[in-house]
Amino acid sequence: MTRLRRALPLAVLLAFAALPYSAVNIPGVFDGPLNSPGTLQLLAICLVFGGLATGYDLMFGRTGLLSFGHALYFAAGAYGTAILVDRTGWPLWVAGVVAIAAGALLAVLLGAVALRTNGIAFAMVTLAFAQVGAVAVARNPGHLTGGEEGIPLDGARLPAGLVGVVNTVNLYWIALAFAAVAAIVVHRIDASPFGRVLAAVRDDDRRVAVIGLNPYRFRLLAFITSATLAATAGAVYVLLVGGASPHVASSDLTLSLLVMVVLGGPGTRWGPMLGGALFAFLDNRLTALGSSDAVAGLPGVLSRPLSQPLFILGSVFILAVYFFPNGLSGVKAWMSTIGRALGSRRRSSPASSVVATVPAEPPHAEAGVGRS
Amino acid sequence: MTTVILLVLTGLGLSGLYFLVASGLSLVFGLADVLNFAHGLFLSIGAYATWWAVNNLPGASAEGWGFVLAALVGVAAGAALACVVELVLIRALYRRPIQQVLVTVGLSLAGVALLQAVWGADSLPFPRPAWTQRVTRVGGAAVPNAGLLLIVAAAAVLVALLVLLRFSRVGLVIRAGVEDRAMVTALGIDVRRAFTLVFAIGGAAAALAGVLAGVSFGAVSPGQGTSLLIFGFIVVVIGGLGSITGSAAAAVAVGLVQQFVNYFSPGLGDICVVALLAIVLLIRPRGLASLSGRVAA
Amino acid sequence: MTAPSPVPAPALLCVDDLRVRIGGSSIVHGVSFDVPATGVTVLLGRNGVGKTTTLKAILGLLPAGAQISGAVRLSGTSIAGEPTHRRVRRGLGYVPEDRGVFGGLTVSENLRLAERDGVNGRGPDYDTVYALFPELERRGRQRAGTLSGGQQQMVAIARVLLNSNRLLLIDEPTKGLAPRVVTEVADVLERVAAQVPILLVEQNLAVVRRLGQDAVVLASGVIVHTGPITDLLADLELTRSLLGVGHHQKPSPREAGVL
Repeated sequence: MTRLRRALPLAVLLAFAALPYSAVNIPGVFDGPLNSPGTLQLLAICLVFGGLATGYDLMFGRTGLLSFGHALYFAAGAYGTAILVDRTGWPLWVAGVVAIAAGALLAVLLGAVALRTNGIAFAMVTLAFAQVGAVAVARNPGHLTGGEEGIPLDGARLPAGLVGVVNTVNLYWIALAFAAVAAIVVHRIDASPFGRVLAAVRDDDRRVAVIGLNPYRFRLLAFITSATLAATAGAVYVLLVGGASPHVASSDLTLSLLVMVVLGGPGTRWGPMLGGALFAFLDNRLTALGSSDAVAGLPGVLSRPLSQPLFILGSVFILAVYFFPNGLSGVKAWMSTIGRALGSRRRSSPASSVVATVPAEPPHAEAGVGRS
Repeated sequence: MTTVILLVLTGLGLSGLYFLVASGLSLVFGLADVLNFAHGLFLSIGAYATWWAVNNLPGASAEGWGFVLAALVGVAAGAALACVVELVLIRALYRRPIQQVLVTVGLSLAGVALLQAVWGADSLPFPRPAWTQRVTRVGGAAVPNAGLLLIVAAAAVLVALLVLLRFSRVGLVIRAGVEDRAMVTALGIDVRRAFTLVFAIGGAAAALAGVLAGVSFGAVSPGQGTSLLIFGFIVVVIGGLGSITGSAAAAVAVGLVQQFVNYFSPGLGDICVVALLAIVLLIRPRGLASLSGRVAA
Repeated sequence: MTAPSPVPAPALLCVDDLRVRIGGSSIVHGVSFDVPATGVTVLLGRNGVGKTTTLKAILGLLPAGAQISGAVRLSGTSIAGEPTHRRVRRGLGYVPEDRGVFGGLTVSENLRLAERDGVNGRGPDYDTVYALFPELERRGRQRAGTLSGGQQQMVAIARVLLNSNRLLLIDEPTKGLAPRVVTEVADVLERVAAQVPILLVEQNLAVVRRLGQDAVVLASGVIVHTGPITDLLADLELTRSLLGVGHHQKPSPREAGVL
């Protein structure tokens, strides 16, 4: 049973890799057959966000750090790559690597400062740092960032294999590779001593300090790893959508990440990946739904809010926080409870979600959130 | 010299705006431990409700007492929305701060989207009295009246809040609750009622900020609430959660720094504010309020 | 007609099979005891056995993640499950271990906050309070955070005396106080105990001997002994084994049985 369990993710990966060879049509879910560029593009975006959310959860669910400024690193990867491709003659992969490195460096600098605080203060500092990034992008210093319109990726500067609708499949595979890397990195960390220390830091960092380890260093390391994954996601994303635009730096993006992770189940194995993919999928489909005839036919009171995907997603999220504080894995936990009641032995998902642990009465205004 | 006066007064105007946003946030967090991400919605509702009133409510207009009426509608809308949010969404999650934060996050995403759906994503011109678009000469500097209005409004709210906190029973409950909420309940006081009131006050102050922001900038858009909210958070954290005087001091610092630095190098002011936040937190993680040893008012 | 045989007075507070789990560890594993309507019942035991947790469970002041089961009845009415403020309004006065005095408020503001209608239907009784604690009247405008430990303790006790309560729950009132102040506190409590029953957590045996009527001894989250205070303290070996005070002697069979 365990060997099958371990083989499952690999099987899923192979299935996804083989997807572009299948002309299966899933009407209602996708607009075209699985190997059509439109569907592949959508799937690729879902994979990127799945990987991004997994990287974010390394900080949130596994280390207990609530950062409201993660979009900054995503934007660093996206804008960094776009600017470098645009302004220097460097080949794409060099620009990408440099941008990712820049994102990592930024994380080292900002993280070192931000992590000297914790709880609410940490959340606010990260939010403030990201806001500076968002404002910088909007103000368009030296016409680097293109302001409101962003920077398109000039196809002429990219390798031929990545340009053009016919080559969407290659972009899909790059996105798949990224998602796989993010999953591998995070799961490897989970299983390692480093990951165990992170969990201890999340639960009660005094325990960690008492055995002689410095919680600050571990948090910083988790922060940097998470940010680097985000920068990588940014670089892949800019490739997928053909350019960088200001929304990748917005606080809305970070908030959406939070929604993705919580919906999927923070601290769980695949929860964030599923949450990220699902959110991106719904965001796309709901936009299409919103401008569809079915919705347009509804009275204005209904049709206008429903045409905004974030309205639906935000509302669903609120309901989910009430009824499924463990996210999708909460549903799994239900099922395994039923399974146990019926006598079968199932392993329930690790109950390490930050949300599910109803925290103790916070002593006055100290670290009310994030318990880091 | 005239430049300095102008920068100081416009900077203080900005401080006033930030204080109005921050005061509610600070009390709500200090008392109820709720980090309210949807606070920006109260701001926007204030602005949009006023806009609606000017255009639809008989008796309300963009001038004189008509505008005051419209502004009152806006403030009332903010207070009402805040009450509803607290009673319906937050109260059920009492003593679960993380879930409360998440709910406010979801609410802010959905709320802004709703605003966009109803009023469109673009800025709408905000109706404002003609005198707010004029300037007054102060020591040779031409200071926009809108800025002066902000200073006066913020000062009035500050005084009103301090009076409430110091001289009323509910103010006593709030001050004690910010220090030790559990002990307040152990004295037989239902502290949740104070929560709703604090939320309502916060909503009203934020709505007022939204109206005055509309007057200052001449326009209102769905995203305005969020960008002002972030500065509100910065002010609250620098000033100390739960402290009104702390928020006031922090708002003054942030507004002045931002205005002065931006004058010499546009955009740098925002970075300086963030740097200020980082420095204050590194030295005093509880914010400026912890300097005086007190945390409430 | 023969006179009816005397019925024992019903207990004021009944705690029945109280169990408390916090964060995965069980702190209290089935504690049952009664608090009579008069006198001082003392909750005794070494540090960390669950005395404060028991008090907090009675009041509903445990953290949100705590799992509590068992019955708590005040004059026959079950109060478990009610929010703290409602339990307190039934006539419970609480003096916590850390005194719970609001440092940012003045002394008189601290008292004003505690005002509510007492169970006798009358308003706050400042006369009695200031008669017992004239110092507090003098220092009315002083910020409570600047008071000494002993003075803060006076404020904490004054708060629960302001309204008429049916039962006072007092947690280690003499902890950390100088001997002279301990005597003052004990004096006050002795006078108070004459008027209203007290459930007292205390480790200072001299104070216990002076005030206490009944003892409930906890060890590792369960009750190991109940009975009159005088009997308990008269038995030196028992006192030592349960409470860990006194000279070390060879362990006796009885001690082995108790532990």
